[in-house]
Amino acid sequence: MTVKIVFFASLREALGVDSVDLQISGSSSVSALISQLADQHLPEWLEILTAENIRIAVNQDMINEDVGVIDGDEVAFFPPVTGG
Amino acid sequence: MERKIQVQEEIFDLRSEYDHLRSVSLKVGAVVTFTGTVRDLNEDESVQALHLEHYPGMTERELDKIIDEAAERWDVIAATVIHRVGDLYPGDEIVFVGMASQHRGDAFAACSFVMDYLKIRATFWKKEKTDEGERWLTTRESDETAADAWGKSQ
Repeated sequence: MTVKIVFFASLREALGVDSVDLQISGSSSVSALISQLADQHLPEWLEILTAENIRIAVNQDMINEDVGVIDGDEVAFFPPVTGG
Repeated sequence: MERKIQVQEEIFDLRSEYDHLRSVSLKVGAVVTFTGTVRDLNEDESVQALHLEHYPGMTERELDKIIDEAAERWDVIAATVIHRVGDLYPGDEIVFVGMASQHRGDAFAACSFVMDYLKIRATFWKKEKTDEGERWLTTRESDETAADAWGKSQ
């Protein structure tokens, strides 16, 4: 089962990658995904992805607390927006 | 309600966007438009260029939700939001928000509301190219304050 992880803007540059397909077993949660990403890439990812100003969206809806994710979900990490 | 949401690299034409808003219904008595342009100075540094990226799909969804909220609060007959992405330069038009209502009060308020929430919710990011190098912009506290002033949104 696969979850697509996408990164934007300064976060994408800090991690050096714009997306990752993450294999999960059964259901998972956003916090578990972050730990899994850090394990599979670099330990520094944990600090970068849990920084206070990082925003998270699941299937293109912003989340404010840890939520479950399932096969086929898209999870996005990004800094505060600066459009307009 | 008529709505138009576009994220694009191309320039937009103010006259044709205005004409579209005006022509949606003969009930329209007020059209308010806002255009944001690229400045050549930010935080005392000379800006040579801007690069804008966004989250395709989510950006349009957020803009759609913001327009929904504006239409719940005010009489909105037609709404247009156009935001450019890619490389932009000082003087370029970057964002257009247009609202058509029966009366000017609704059109003014809805336009201002949509712009304030676009600043804090729509998934765009700006990178500036200055004499000192490139830097990602950070959110201004005043933008959060402007959106908060409308009260809690859903």
